[in-house]
Amino acid sequence: MDFTFSDDQLAFHDSVKGFLTNEVTPEAIRDLWQRDGGRSDELWGQLAELGLTAMTVPEQYGGLGLDALDFVLLAQECGYAALPEPLVETVMVAVPLLAGLADEHRQLQEHWLSRVASGEARLAVGHPSNPLVADAHIADLLLLCHGDEIHAVPAQQVQLRASESVDPSRRLFAVDWTPSDATRVAGGESGRRLQAEALDHGALACAAQQLGLANRMIDIAVDYSFERKQFGSAVGSFQAVKHLMANVAVKAEFSRAVLYRAAFAAARGQANAAIAASHAKIVATEAALLAARNGIQVHGAMGYTWEVDLHIFMKRAWALDGAWGTRGFHKARVGDFVFADGAPLGAGATFEAR
Amino acid sequence: MDLAYTEQQDAFRAEVRAWLEQNVPAEPLPSFDTEEGFRLHRDWERKLNEGRFGMVTWPEALGGRGCDLIEWLIFEEEYYRAGAPARVNQNGIFLLGPTLMEYGTEAQKARFLPKMATGEEIWAQGWSEPNAGSDMAAIRSKAVRDGDHYVISGQKTWSTRAVWADWTFGIFRTDPESSRHRGLTFILVPLDAPGVTVRPIPQLDGLPGFAEIFFDEVRVPVENRLGEEGMGWNVAMATAGFERGLMLRSPARFQETARRLVQLYRDNRAAADIDPTVREAVMRAWMDAEAYTLNTYMTASRLIKGGKIGAESSTNKIFWSELDQQMHETALSILGARAELKPHSVGAEGVGRWLDGFLFSQAGPIYAGTNEIQRNIIAERMLGMPRA
Repeated sequence: MDFTFSDDQLAFHDSVKGFLTNEVTPEAIRDLWQRDGGRSDELWGQLAELGLTAMTVPEQYGGLGLDALDFVLLAQECGYAALPEPLVETVMVAVPLLAGLADEHRQLQEHWLSRVASGEARLAVGHPSNPLVADAHIADLLLLCHGDEIHAVPAQQVQLRASESVDPSRRLFAVDWTPSDATRVAGGESGRRLQAEALDHGALACAAQQLGLANRMIDIAVDYSFERKQFGSAVGSFQAVKHLMANVAVKAEFSRAVLYRAAFAAARGQANAAIAASHAKIVATEAALLAARNGIQVHGAMGYTWEVDLHIFMKRAWALDGAWGTRGFHKARVGDFVFADGAPLGAGATFEAR
Repeated sequence: MDLAYTEQQDAFRAEVRAWLEQNVPAEPLPSFDTEEGFRLHRDWERKLNEGRFGMVTWPEALGGRGCDLIEWLIFEEEYYRAGAPARVNQNGIFLLGPTLMEYGTEAQKARFLPKMATGEEIWAQGWSEPNAGSDMAAIRSKAVRDGDHYVISGQKTWSTRAVWADWTFGIFRTDPESSRHRGLTFILVPLDAPGVTVRPIPQLDGLPGFAEIFFDEVRVPVENRLGEEGMGWNVAMATAGFERGLMLRSPARFQETARRLVQLYRDNRAAADIDPTVREAVMRAWMDAEAYTLNTYMTASRLIKGGKIGAESSTNKIFWSELDQQMHETALSILGARAELKPHSVGAEGVGRWLDGFLFSQAGPIYAGTNEIQRNIIAERMLGMPRA
């Protein structure tokens, strides 16, 4: 039993955090909002250069062969930075989905995964839990669900209609396409299993980002609580204001271990991975939503403006709330688990046997 | 990261389980806040110690097993799973014990720890005073040095277990010119010393679970001082840190409460579902108990690797105390109109002990530093917000 990250994992986390702090600033994000498409090839290239797009790509396809546990701290930092590029979904959802196809698709996997690893190609995933497809406009290959099936559809074969999210960094699209035998890469039992895994991975990816977002909003609000003076004092010195932030800190603190356990369960393919992911998505989302609500309150009227950076992070939290399964969906899943006959509850039931 | 138990840990669990199955009393003991219950719980502590399960994290020389924190969590899981008696000496073994090991002299450790482990000496805590509750630095009870003794005068209150306990520990003002956190000294006081008067305070359930302690020129030898004179605040903070942190409220307790709550809900489903919020509250109890468990394992792993408990441990106290209230409120809501009934009274079949737990849960956000104080600590020390 060891509930700590390895030195390698922590060191990589530190270096990626440093990169994001310097490169993905609120100013840079606002700049991307002004650009057509809202994405930066240059930034994606830098992420690839850091090895990030290769993380979960199997070694045989030029990747690092790592897993969700190796990436979860980085996903948290992507949330902390509100990174607009779809790195987290690529690494945690799209790549494992493509890599999880049956052996007969080795050529397809090799072609695309090696290019994803090197940063030359990008993926997008259309899943029934999400009404629209995020970042379809920059994808070279789209993995699209159709009933039980999964189709790998090149960008040339789809038509996109852009939608608009509350979060200006999100780029969502309705995708018009025609399923065919040529595009079908999974169906039936294996299609269902891959779709279910994609949902769990997506929920985990959201949970990690939500926790990072919660921490960022705490930091922004705490900084502001020093700057803003009323009644001759920094507003952060008032207990009522302190307690708003302390309540967020409690929620965020008690999401962390839930998130990391979910990452561990996903990485090891444990039987409890789905429930663990749902649990993580629920509590990390709640932490982020409370951080948004209390963060805006600490800012007063300034929190309601476009000018203050807080909204960059609030809006991501609000947007991700409904992505990869709503809280209702995830609560229902946890409920089904807890209330089932013979559910493993109580002291000593938390961890799966080796 | 490897979230599975080792063979050795599994074997330890099996050993604990087997011993508890053999030894846990078939019927629950009467409350340790009654004279008979206190005696029976003291006997149980002796028995636990005979099995070397009294305080498994203590060194073997002191009757422990030198267990690390993961093994301690495993022990606690089995302990609560078995429904074993509450620990009447928790102020000693969980609070003072670790502090003694950190600050005590070899002579003090040899004098106090073995008798603490056997239950021969049960400890009460003596923190609060009538005008020093959340503001503990306002302490006024004084200890005046007189040769190789301290002469203690003043009053402590809300002293848990003091009615039948043998000893108390607390901080006293040794420098009359001092104020606030300075000039305080941590002293161990036998409750049978001349000049000590203990006046029981009935708590919410009517039982005298805590007491006032009056000190009227009580003479205590200097060797009962823990740490340096004037350094009592630091020693006390270490104790309070253990209390807030890992030891006092192990996750197993809340996991078992959550498990029983799920069972209560399943047994009364038709009535419970009339209020559509109940199902979610039950599910949330499980999620939160699980989160508290995972968080504790994470902290324990970090400490084993040489990490330190920091200000984030203040989040623990808030989390478990509010969870405890929430779980018991939900249970009473499932029990409906019978929730008010005391166990064994007319018409109370099947109400169990939820009412007792509910009453006790009301104390959680208050003792060991109110949750408002904890929130201040989180804001100022964990988040770095400006001080008032």
